[in-house]
Amino acid sequence: MTTQCLHCSQDIPPSQGGEFCCHGCEAAYHLVRGLGLEGYYARRCVDPAQRPLRPEDGGAPIDYGTHVHEDEGGIQGLNLMVEGLHCAACVWLIESILSRQPGVVTARVNMTTRRLVLKWRKGEAEADALVGAVNGVGYRLVPFDPGVMDRENARQEKELLRAMAVAGFVAGNVMLFSVSVWAGHVSGMGQATRDLMHWLSALITLPAIAYAGRPFFHSALAALRHLRTNMDVPISVGVLLTAGMSLWETVRGGPHAYFDSAIMLLFFLLIGRYLDRRARGRARASAEHLLTLSALAVTVIDEEGRRHMLPPARVKAGMTVLAVAGDRIGVDGTVIAGRSDIDTSLISGETLPQPVEAGSRVFAGTLNLSGPLTLRVDAVGEGTLLAEIVRLMEAAEQGRAKYVALADRVARFYAPVVHLLALCTFLAWVFGGGMAWQEALLIAAAVLIITCPCALALAVPVVQVVASGRLLRQGILVKSGSALERLARTDTVVFDKTGTLTLGRAEPIALDGLPPDDLRLATAMAGASRHPLARALVKAMPGVPVAAGVEEIPGRGLRLGDVRLGSRAWIGAPEAAGEIEGPELWLHRPGTAPLRIAFCDPLRSDAAATVAALKAAGCRVALLSGDRAPVVEAAAREAGIEDWRAAMAPADKCKVLDDLRAEGRNVLMVGDGLNDAPALAAADVSLSPSTAVDVSQTAADAIFQGQRLGSVAEVVAVARLADRLVKQNFAMAFVYNVVTVPMAMAGLVTPLIAAAAMSGSSLLVIVNALRLGRRRA
Amino acid sequence: MDSLLILIPAALFLGLVGLVAFLWALRSGQFEDLDGSAHRILFDDDKPLPPPGN
Repeated sequence: MTTQCLHCSQDIPPSQGGEFCCHGCEAAYHLVRGLGLEGYYARRCVDPAQRPLRPEDGGAPIDYGTHVHEDEGGIQGLNLMVEGLHCAACVWLIESILSRQPGVVTARVNMTTRRLVLKWRKGEAEADALVGAVNGVGYRLVPFDPGVMDRENARQEKELLRAMAVAGFVAGNVMLFSVSVWAGHVSGMGQATRDLMHWLSALITLPAIAYAGRPFFHSALAALRHLRTNMDVPISVGVLLTAGMSLWETVRGGPHAYFDSAIMLLFFLLIGRYLDRRARGRARASAEHLLTLSALAVTVIDEEGRRHMLPPARVKAGMTVLAVAGDRIGVDGTVIAGRSDIDTSLISGETLPQPVEAGSRVFAGTLNLSGPLTLRVDAVGEGTLLAEIVRLMEAAEQGRAKYVALADRVARFYAPVVHLLALCTFLAWVFGGGMAWQEALLIAAAVLIITCPCALALAVPVVQVVASGRLLRQGILVKSGSALERLARTDTVVFDKTGTLTLGRAEPIALDGLPPDDLRLATAMAGASRHPLARALVKAMPGVPVAAGVEEIPGRGLRLGDVRLGSRAWIGAPEAAGEIEGPELWLHRPGTAPLRIAFCDPLRSDAAATVAALKAAGCRVALLSGDRAPVVEAAAREAGIEDWRAAMAPADKCKVLDDLRAEGRNVLMVGDGLNDAPALAAADVSLSPSTAVDVSQTAADAIFQGQRLGSVAEVVAVARLADRLVKQNFAMAFVYNVVTVPMAMAGLVTPLIAAAAMSGSSLLVIVNALRLGRRRA
Repeated sequence: MDSLLILIPAALFLGLVGLVAFLWALRSGQFEDLDGSAHRILFDDDKPLPPPGN
């Protein structure tokens, strides 16, 4: 019978007892209780697939101070992304914790976008302290800067929504008049009344077209200026021509006016355009995200030995810099003095900390784990390896931007054909049928309207929004509509190992086979260290008190009196045959044989099943990793991947992907580290787990949450289904056009038929797309 | 026919009221957080809620 931790609801191993799984949770619980917010525990609903609400000890410390912006009036503000939000109770808890801190003006969490806006009065609160309170409960707050692109996007989205509202309002009202007129044709409405109805329609439609049509007119004009045509050209021409001709009919007192068709067309198209914009998601701003990695102040030591905190921009090559334990190093440099372990996972994907000493090179973006280091700066800012990785990524992204969305490909063919048809109709009636040119123009306009770009314009965005919505419910965030199209064509899946195929953390294995007393001693010593292996051991052996008097020797291990815990080299243990490759700790007590504690980075529980599912779906699966060959081979074997390569640098990964693409394959890359970011951008389409570093989340087309890798197979399946539905929608729109266009060319389409046909085809397309939301793949 | 003279302006006016209401809601950030607002009503906090941030 396991009990659950009062704070994070994870199971507490029976051996440990108590009410909490770790000290962090206990502290968090008392923090929440102390604020009188324990109602949270009664209200929340914990989603097991999500990250548990466990305060993280360690991780890279984030310098929140650099992200604070100041308004006039002495109000400081911070925009943050919240990780670990389960439900509304979390929103309440975060807002309550923050608003009870002195000096806070507003704290509001947006549950939809998972963003937090925090404002406080300058001088009464500190960013780090405020955020620390929330981090202490177990959420993770990441500074996030809504970039210029993001704001521009939001502005355009609102603009479209306004245009849509105006078009919808007018379309509804014009329909009132149109229905009266159509009924009047049957029941014999008087000419004067009909004209009044037409005039009223004109009165409200023309301003609405002028307002709501602007997005299309702008884009059509831009296309014509470059002597190209796009989907917006026939739309603009059709709408303007129809409105103009209808006005002329109204002035003349004619029987048919098409005001309702014109505005309805705009309304449907604006729906499609708005959904398209929603599906497009957030813009990428990779450079900004990288700045957050290196926006940490650097401690520079001048000739007199005094320390200054300088922003990275003011550090020059040749300066001397100090990096204390726990610091993210902000420069590329060479170690002059000191000894430590460096976590290079961000750059190389290597899971294990690398020991460094005088003469070793270190890179910006890596994390100093155990001892203070004095560095000579070799490169800063644009010269660092980090910046080079960004450049690789940007180059790769430009290559990817060449992909043309399906809707655009259809539009290229569609626009000239429609114009040609309308023109032929006009000429045929005028010269072949001897009709007055005004009448012929009206029929030509009817052709433009009836070819119904609405079904075409809705065909793709509706499916994409429904598909994105369905994936979002399963914790997969797709960033762009075109990503779905590219995902549907995937035939090769490339995985990174660390953090993607695996969970990205070390776990000790076969602890049962070790003498318990030695194990307890090792754990007690490990409690004093921040080294990931030591921490993993402590996590696996809960309830062991930390030993006092442990001394840490950076780059080597721990010492407690004569007992030593650390690397093989330091203990001086002999090489033994038949040992499983992998990270290890050695415990040495004087007079006994050294004891080996082996670790592994476990695969995600459903990794093998996912690989099998992808293979069943006809994909080739490969594994590329920066890790060492034996480790990669073991992981590949366990996951069932035959095609693996190890010790790959970011540029190597890009090259492999380029080769695959040159073979004509469509590659889906799944990765999480900064070292994967260029590869993510170089692939046709890419996925990242939500635990990934910012940069790779930015570079990826989609992000999946939770521990399950099955999301990868799910994304591919849904994308393929969506692709089928889009093609069905296009087929329907095409059949519809084949039927109605000849009618329009023959001059048989009255406003009533146009309205019915247009709404009918659009509804059909929407209903077809909604099937995707219901069906379970 | 006299009824039309009243009904048409009335219909247009009511539609316009709806449109203005929507535009106001959009401008004042009512559409920023559709999931959160649904739950926010259940928070029993003795403190007044902060004004919506834009």
